[in-house]
Amino acid sequence: MNDAITVTDLVVERGSATVLNGLTCHMPAGRITGLLGPSGAGKTTLIRAVVGVQVVRSGTVTVLGRPAGARELRARVGYLTQAPSIYADLTVLENAHYFGSIAGADAAAARAAVDQVGLSSSRDQLVGTLSGGQRSRASLACAVVGDPEVLVLDEPTVGQDPVLREELWASFRERASRGTTVLVSSHVMDEANRCDRLLLIRDGGLLADDTPDEVKRRAGTDDLDRAFLALIRNSAESDGPPGTAVPAGARRRHARSHSKGISS
Amino acid sequence: MNTRILGATIARILHQLRHDPRTIGMLIVVPVVLMGLIYAMFDGSGPVLDHVLLIMLGLFPFVIMFLITSIAMLRERTSGTLERLMSTRAGKADLLFGYGAAFGLAAAVQAVVAATCGYLLYGMTTAGGAGLVVLVVVLTALLGVGLGLLCSAFARTEFQAVQLLPIVVIPQVLLCGLFVPRGDMAGWLQAISDVLPLSYAVQALQEVGANAEPTGTFWVDLAVVAGCVILGLGLAAATLRRRTP
Repeated sequence: MNDAITVTDLVVERGSATVLNGLTCHMPAGRITGLLGPSGAGKTTLIRAVVGVQVVRSGTVTVLGRPAGARELRARVGYLTQAPSIYADLTVLENAHYFGSIAGADAAAARAAVDQVGLSSSRDQLVGTLSGGQRSRASLACAVVGDPEVLVLDEPTVGQDPVLREELWASFRERASRGTTVLVSSHVMDEANRCDRLLLIRDGGLLADDTPDEVKRRAGTDDLDRAFLALIRNSAESDGPPGTAVPAGARRRHARSHSKGISS
Repeated sequence: MNTRILGATIARILHQLRHDPRTIGMLIVVPVVLMGLIYAMFDGSGPVLDHVLLIMLGLFPFVIMFLITSIAMLRERTSGTLERLMSTRAGKADLLFGYGAAFGLAAAVQAVVAATCGYLLYGMTTAGGAGLVVLVVVLTALLGVGLGLLCSAFARTEFQAVQLLPIVVIPQVLLCGLFVPRGDMAGWLQAISDVLPLSYAVQALQEVGANAEPTGTFWVDLAVVAGCVILGLGLAAATLRRRTP
């Protein structure tokens, strides 16, 4: 399988903290890769490195055979930031139109993008007057406009109701079936099941890089939530100094604090 | 620079302005009202009034544009739209010159309205043509745009951006020749005044006020101001980074 994105030994420092510590992973072309991990694990930093807006310490990120952030990639990669990054004093359509023109798309493409995120009826509304969920969908419209070959989405479904989430995932799936590479970060486990591949990161390192089924099989459970907790627990135990047996109660507490990290 | 992206950016900024009637009011109405205040202060006549009105015609747009653009650019940084733009084909120059052109257009409307009111309502007279007055006023407003965009790089919040006004703008207003003619200032003050771009904008206005035909000094002043606008926009573009820590 062709890889659209390859990350090799990536080290990123923000301030005095090492956010990504020699991360190596890859994301296949034309597939949906889910990026999961507790908050603070380095998901957004990895995403920023993939779109080329993150200063990296060392290592390489290659997107469609080019170094991430290369000039010729800029029209081929669509980027959704975690917080909606659109103009509050423009309408939904005006936003889509502006980011569309930058990507080389026409007015019809801007309308189509707005329709796709389910905002047809609020098309001419100022973004500043939208609800939080609508605003993040408006921001999503500005990332998908012009049909980029690679879509990098930082938590695109946060704050959306189940019906809309279903529709958004259907639209990601449809794009992938047309050959688009989709990288989605999320902390909702039922969304992980919809991905072709999963990258689980924790503390800036890779915990798992596999299909959802394989992750579940390895953990011996049908539930991805539990599977991730098991993986996190295993890695936490293998990190500890040898011979320090963790009491069962403490271990459970440990797991619980991580599960909080994932769902928050 | 990409003309299509530059054009889209200009259109986008003008759309933003259109959705913000208060800012339009601030741009167009406030200078006229403030000039009216000065007119009333000087009892509506006298040679000093002409002198002050003419300089104010340049000063108000300079200050207002500085404020508006420094905040607008800061909002691009804090709202994440700048980060998003830096991941797209949009160039730094597309963005900065987009701001320059869009606000330049707004400044032109502002200058025409303010100058018209100055001449018709407040009885302002100039030896030189009104067209030249408008030209200088637009360039002075653009000077505010360039400085505002540049200064926004040195502020992290809107709170800090507003604080730049007394540091960057007020010294230029004090030393531009409005209160004391530049020639009457102490040598060191004159030297400072000489490196502040607003001094040249005010001098250009005074040249149009005093001479029927544009003088050599006028053209030099105009060139200095235009050069500073380009320099400001260029330096502002240099402060933008595609990659951030």
